[in-house]
Amino acid sequence: MKNRRRFLVFGAGVLAACKKAPDSESGAHMRVYGERAPGETSARWILELSASPGTGSSRTPLADLYGTITPTSLHYERHHSGVPAIEASKHELVIHGLVEKPLVFTMEELRKFPSFSRIYFMECGGNTMGEQRGNTQPDVQRSHGLLSGAEWTGVPLREVLKAVGVKPEAKWMIAEGADAGRMARSIPIEKVMDDALLAYGQNGEALRPEQGYPLRLFLPGWEGNTCVKWLHRLQFADAPAYSAKETAYYTELGKDGKAQIFTFVMEARSVITRPSGLQKIAPGFHEITGLAWTGKGRITKVEVSVDGGKTWAEAELQQPVLPLALVRFRYPWTWDGKEAVIQSRCTDETGFLQATHEELVAVRGSNSGYHYNAIKPWRVRADGMVTHV
Amino acid sequence: MCKSVGFLVAVSCFGQGRPASAELIQKLDITVFADGRGLPVGTGTAAAGRAIYKSKCAVCHNDNGEGREKQYPALVGGIGTLATERPVKRVGSFWPYATTVFDYIRRSMPFDHPRTLGVDEVYAVTAFVLHLNGIVAEGFELNERNLAAVKMPNRDGFVPDQRPDVKAKR
Repeated sequence: MKNRRRFLVFGAGVLAACKKAPDSESGAHMRVYGERAPGETSARWILELSASPGTGSSRTPLADLYGTITPTSLHYERHHSGVPAIEASKHELVIHGLVEKPLVFTMEELRKFPSFSRIYFMECGGNTMGEQRGNTQPDVQRSHGLLSGAEWTGVPLREVLKAVGVKPEAKWMIAEGADAGRMARSIPIEKVMDDALLAYGQNGEALRPEQGYPLRLFLPGWEGNTCVKWLHRLQFADAPAYSAKETAYYTELGKDGKAQIFTFVMEARSVITRPSGLQKIAPGFHEITGLAWTGKGRITKVEVSVDGGKTWAEAELQQPVLPLALVRFRYPWTWDGKEAVIQSRCTDETGFLQATHEELVAVRGSNSGYHYNAIKPWRVRADGMVTHV
Repeated sequence: MCKSVGFLVAVSCFGQGRPASAELIQKLDITVFADGRGLPVGTGTAAAGRAIYKSKCAVCHNDNGEGREKQYPALVGGIGTLATERPVKRVGSFWPYATTVFDYIRRSMPFDHPRTLGVDEVYAVTAFVLHLNGIVAEGFELNERNLAAVKMPNRDGFVPDQRPDVKAKR
């Protein structure tokens, strides 16, 4: 285990940012770029997978958050070859392959197109991978934290493509990042021409380096890996590339030894974020709250069970319920101090109902890993500790 | 949105990028397709790849592709395990195309210094990794004409998205 690095990183810089207050009761100076209060320490949980820096994932502290927008500083990350340092003024996007007119765009040129903003969720295709094999994590950050929600701004890719003229024989687009490993994914042309976004903004400001600065592909509702960061090349082709990240990884091995490939959409799913693993509660009133999301449109219903799944009651959904975005649900609960198992399940506009772990494993087996989206039960012990089941 | 005449005017006014020259595209385009399109002209054998592998790859992947710890993936083994309780997904047991092996080594390896191998070196290391998996002979000369024809054991092991596959009972 000598090479494994597990870092639990607390809010670095929290203490450093405050200027000394003057000798009066009028408080501190203003700050040109804001920081949270010094006592607020919620942080991402970082799992580095390599001795090389920045390769691995960081997970969103879902249990600490309110509402549906993940603060950019707490948005989850998954990097396959670290975080490159790119200057926006030198970054270019090349579009070539089966197009009438191969073109290069500077960031300045891309920002001149009419802009587009939407609130979307993003989830890693490998979120909760361990749950399927029973390697359950102790808290919701580690089990479900490869999930975040943000407002993304950019230009619809199809508008930029009007300038290059995609040829009819182009069926796929290979998107490549400018990270060290030049990570690449093949995207079907239908998604490209539907709602693919060339994103340069997140939550009102420029992308952070960890989110692909200065440009990333954003594919609403699709697994995070397809939202290629540090985007520098789009190649149109009549076939997919079968890149390493779409064959060796991000494919789902079934019981029969066959693996599903090009599984892009994140199916509907929900999870209770409070109360959740490692929290301790006292008898009395609690608001059970959590998140639901679906890559196939809108969440239509979230149900909560506090009796191990025997009975279900409908939770309140925070309005407005946006398509392809995180949905906050709330359910009032008075805990009587007896051991309880609480869980949520969601339904989306396609009629899809979130299944139990047992129902999922019966169909997919234990080795598909990616796109596991079963119900997550939490046990509330008689002493108030919340644990995984 | 963006469908008005005004938008079209805006596009023509604000510029539409500049033409991408053939030189620029050639410099950047490293995609290798499963049918071999995109492969650069070159050649290499596993015998030649052994030394390159030893000096540039073994530090992470170990001397014979057995890997080191969890984060430095093993490259060998697993053939015949995919339908078992404990499948082992490796280059030989799982990867469907040899072109992907070449493409990944060329674009992403060595991990800390990607794209520093010459074309013939990439062919040689690819041949060595395939040889470790028992797929090509040590003296087999891999090149841009025969790489796509190398049949991987799991070539037919992939199926399209089957979802929605799980039906929950209410």
